[in-house]
Amino acid sequence: MFGPLTFPQQKVQTTESAWNGGGAIARQVSCDRISTISLKPLLMAGDRFSYRLDSTLETVDNAEQTASRIASESGFGEDEVMQIAMAVREAAVNAVLHGNAYDPDKKVELEFERTQAALVIVIRDQGKGMDLSKIPDPLAPENLLKTSGRGIFLIRSFMDEVEIHPSHTGTEVKLVKHVHGPAEGGKEDLQ
Amino acid sequence: MNLKTSTRQVDGVNIVDCSGRITLGEGSVILRDLVKDMLSKGQKKILLNLGDVNYIDSSGIGELVSAYTTVRNQGGELKLLNLTKKVHDLLQITKLYTVFDVKDDETSAVKAFR
Repeated sequence: MFGPLTFPQQKVQTTESAWNGGGAIARQVSCDRISTISLKPLLMAGDRFSYRLDSTLETVDNAEQTASRIASESGFGEDEVMQIAMAVREAAVNAVLHGNAYDPDKKVELEFERTQAALVIVIRDQGKGMDLSKIPDPLAPENLLKTSGRGIFLIRSFMDEVEIHPSHTGTEVKLVKHVHGPAEGGKEDLQ
Repeated sequence: MNLKTSTRQVDGVNIVDCSGRITLGEGSVILRDLVKDMLSKGQKKILLNLGDVNYIDSSGIGELVSAYTTVRNQGGELKLLNLTKKVHDLLQITKLYTVFDVKDDETSAVKAFR
C-alpha cells in the first residue's frame, strides 16, 4: 500500500541564535529530505528554530511554508498544520505590512520552539507597535463587508493561546498550539 | 500555486474557474484585475467557481468581499460556486458564508442570476 518509507537525515548542529546578540544558544535541525509519510513526530522537545527575515512578501510565504513543515514534523495532524501555517502567515503579514511597512532596514524575527506539550511560535517586528484598541471586531455587522481586519481574528481562531505584546520598538506575537488540544482555561491571553 | 483563472459564458453568466491560492500579493491582484476587467466590459453576472481553490488567507477573503461589493455597487451580481471545505470553513468562521450567495451546483447557480 505504501512505498518505501524514507526518513530525513537529520543534521544536528549548535548555532548561535540569529538575532539575540549571540547570547542564547539554539539547537538547529536541518533536513536533507523530508518524508511524505511520517510514522512519528520528527521533532523533539527542546528543538528550536530561529530566523531573521526581510520585510517582503517572500518572507510571508516562507514563514507559512516553514511553519507548515515544522508543525508537520512536530506531529500535528493535517488540519492543525494548516491552522498553524495560516496563523503564522497572518502574523507575518501583520509584521511585514503593518509593523515594518516593507522597510528594508527592518527585519521580521521568527522563532519556533517544540516544547513537551506544544509548539510555541514567536513573530517579532520592528515597527511602531500595534495599537490593540484599533483592531475592529470583524464579526460586527458593520464590519462584515470590510476588506481587511480579519488577520488577528483568524490567528485567535486557529491557535490555542495568543499573546500580543506591542511596544514602541515593535510588536511581539506569541502563538501556542498544544500537541493534545487546548489546555483548560482561557483560549487566549491578550496583553 | 498562485491563482489561475479562466472565464467562460453560460446563458449570459460569466463563470470564472479559479484554481490555486487567493492570498496577499499576486493572487489577490489577479482576482481584482479580472473583476475590474469584466465590469468594464459590462459583464455584471459573475460566478466565481472556487472548486480548485485550496487556500485563501485574510487578504484573499478581503478580495472576495471587495469583488462582491464592487459588482453589487455597479448593479451586478457575484455568486460563489463549489467551495472547498477549507474555504467553506473560513467563510463560516468569518460570518461571510451568509453574506455571499454560495452555490454548489453550476446549473442552478446560473439559473439563480436575474
